[in-house]
Amino acid sequence: MAGPTRRRAAPYLMVLPAGLWMLVFFVIPLVLMVSLSLQTGNLVDGFRQTFHWQNYTDGLAAYGDKFARSLWYGLLATLACVALAYPAAYWIATRGGRRKPTYLSLLLVPYFVSFVLRTVAWKLVLTDNGPVLGPLRDRGLLPADAHVLDTGLAVVSGLTYNYLPFMVLPIYVALERIDPRVVEAAHDLYASRFQVFGRVVLPLSLPGVYAGVVMTFVPICSDYVNAEMLGGPRNTMIGNVIQSEYFDNSAYPLASALSFTLMAILLVVIFVYARALGTRDVLEAARR
Amino acid sequence: MTETKHAAAPADVGAALPAIELAGVAKEYRAHGQTVAAVRGLDLAIAQGEFFSLLGPSGCGKTTTLRMVAGFEEPTAGAVYLHGADVTGVPPNRRDVNMVFQSYALFPHMSVFENVAFGLRRRRVPKPQIRARVGEMLEIVDLAGLERRRPGELSGGQQQRVALARALVNRPRALLLDEPLGALDLKLRQAMQVELKRVQREVGVTFVYVTHDQGEALTMSDRIAVMNDGRIEQLGTPREIYERPATRFVAGFIGTSNLLEGEVTAIEDGRAVISYGPDGRIEVPLRPGLAAAPGRRLELTVRPEKIGIGTRPPGGALCAVRGTVTDTVYLGTSTNYNVSTATGAQMVVFAQNATSAEEVAERGDTVWLTWEPRHSYAMGAAQ
Repeated sequence: MAGPTRRRAAPYLMVLPAGLWMLVFFVIPLVLMVSLSLQTGNLVDGFRQTFHWQNYTDGLAAYGDKFARSLWYGLLATLACVALAYPAAYWIATRGGRRKPTYLSLLLVPYFVSFVLRTVAWKLVLTDNGPVLGPLRDRGLLPADAHVLDTGLAVVSGLTYNYLPFMVLPIYVALERIDPRVVEAAHDLYASRFQVFGRVVLPLSLPGVYAGVVMTFVPICSDYVNAEMLGGPRNTMIGNVIQSEYFDNSAYPLASALSFTLMAILLVVIFVYARALGTRDVLEAARR
Repeated sequence: MTETKHAAAPADVGAALPAIELAGVAKEYRAHGQTVAAVRGLDLAIAQGEFFSLLGPSGCGKTTTLRMVAGFEEPTAGAVYLHGADVTGVPPNRRDVNMVFQSYALFPHMSVFENVAFGLRRRRVPKPQIRARVGEMLEIVDLAGLERRRPGELSGGQQQRVALARALVNRPRALLLDEPLGALDLKLRQAMQVELKRVQREVGVTFVYVTHDQGEALTMSDRIAVMNDGRIEQLGTPREIYERPATRFVAGFIGTSNLLEGEVTAIEDGRAVISYGPDGRIEVPLRPGLAAAPGRRLELTVRPEKIGIGTRPPGGALCAVRGTVTDTVYLGTSTNYNVSTATGAQMVVFAQNATSAEEVAERGDTVWLTWEPRHSYAMGAAQ
């Protein structure tokens, strides 16, 4: 019978396009890169598969500090994102009223501009005689030699700025989904406004924070544009190393090994993070 | 005699202050540049230990009234008193009343135990006491053993009982229930009605119950306030409201009512006599405050279960109206007849199937509707 067979095949047919896409553009390159990361050679003589796993240890030994800095910047920028995004999302969700869509689109307006252009703009804002530092220094609020550009602070602030919406949106969605009656019930059961927030609103919105952290921390750790444009030579992240090994030194095996090391580290971090939160609670709260 | 039993509020009413008192309470909203009145000047006193219902159609202001008692809304005029203390403007967490929401509004991230313990923890009740009181309350609502479940793992009826326990465990001065059974199916709803009444008797707390379901209100309440358009149409015991509806709205909203009107031809023996149609005759007992005199038109109601139906003209002192059957509905224990009277009024008759196995009349038959004069209730002058 054609009917039942076709019906059973339908779900598979539906995932087929996306599956093929992932196979061609994700799985195959991944396999090729694993293979590449174990090769030796150079651009002139060509690369040969030698299962040279030392590419990994060499990479880690040479650039361990860059890995550490990436994770450190990732942590700082993600925390800054949470600190900035939560109040904003809370305000839009609770006080936005009929203008919620307007506020949300205002939040996204800068992100219609290209990523690179935005970072260039951030660079202009942070430059020594720019619109922020200039006036502050002129009024004596900052020492004459104060500068932000080419520091870790500049990189972290740029990362925070560039990934902020990916934190605001999931938190907003989580807050928006909280039943206002549940909040009222807490208030009715003798909780003060602070207790209502701490005992009910915050725990119920945490799944949004968790999602936002994953969505910002991972891309931030592998970012290289911000460090490149705002950080100068002394604040490079692992992304910059991979980029220069690939494009400047043509050290393809080493760059591939570094990429996989980063991927492995991020997977472990996210796994530990999800475990620490207790998947049951997260899933349950998200299921509501 | 049973009437007085219903009418009598709980024993200590005379001595104690009312649990809840509303004085001239009004609530207006501004929406789209217009002022909408949700509640228009309510005066109400609810006695301690009473099961009091606010009954009315959606939008009548009953939920707004309840939310003003809870403190979620502030009245635009008037004052709310709890046990004599003016609580107008006091936030909900400082009011000694607790609410049961229609959607239950349980804390989804907490266990049943933590949900019920929430109010006690906020009041810093010592831990051993919390454990004892929560356990005792879960016992009362028949949920012992489910302490560690999450609300998401419970059935609708169980969630509803958690909501009840979560409010009652705090021993509030009054429990406010906002259509608490609205989300349950019929069977469960009827079971919970009995359950609620039992719990209320057991703990002796004042219940203020908001519902649009007249059956629910009649079953459980000591007194009912029927609300319409922000006002109380009638306040009384279930029996008073059912038997002697004060207004056309109450008569129509509570149960099924037959509304009739006619001109008074004579006053005899404490009754107004109305000749109805070509050969009908209705008698209505007079009562104080009723303006009835020969020549005036009266509006009256008769409940459908009080009416007998037959094919021959009756004799004796019964009220009698002739009409044509437009529809019959067989319901097992009873048969409903829809009858169009000689003057064009639509009447409904509920006839018990106790005696006659056969239908007494069919569609199109001419029938006589009869009832005892004391079952006629005059509502006032016909408009």
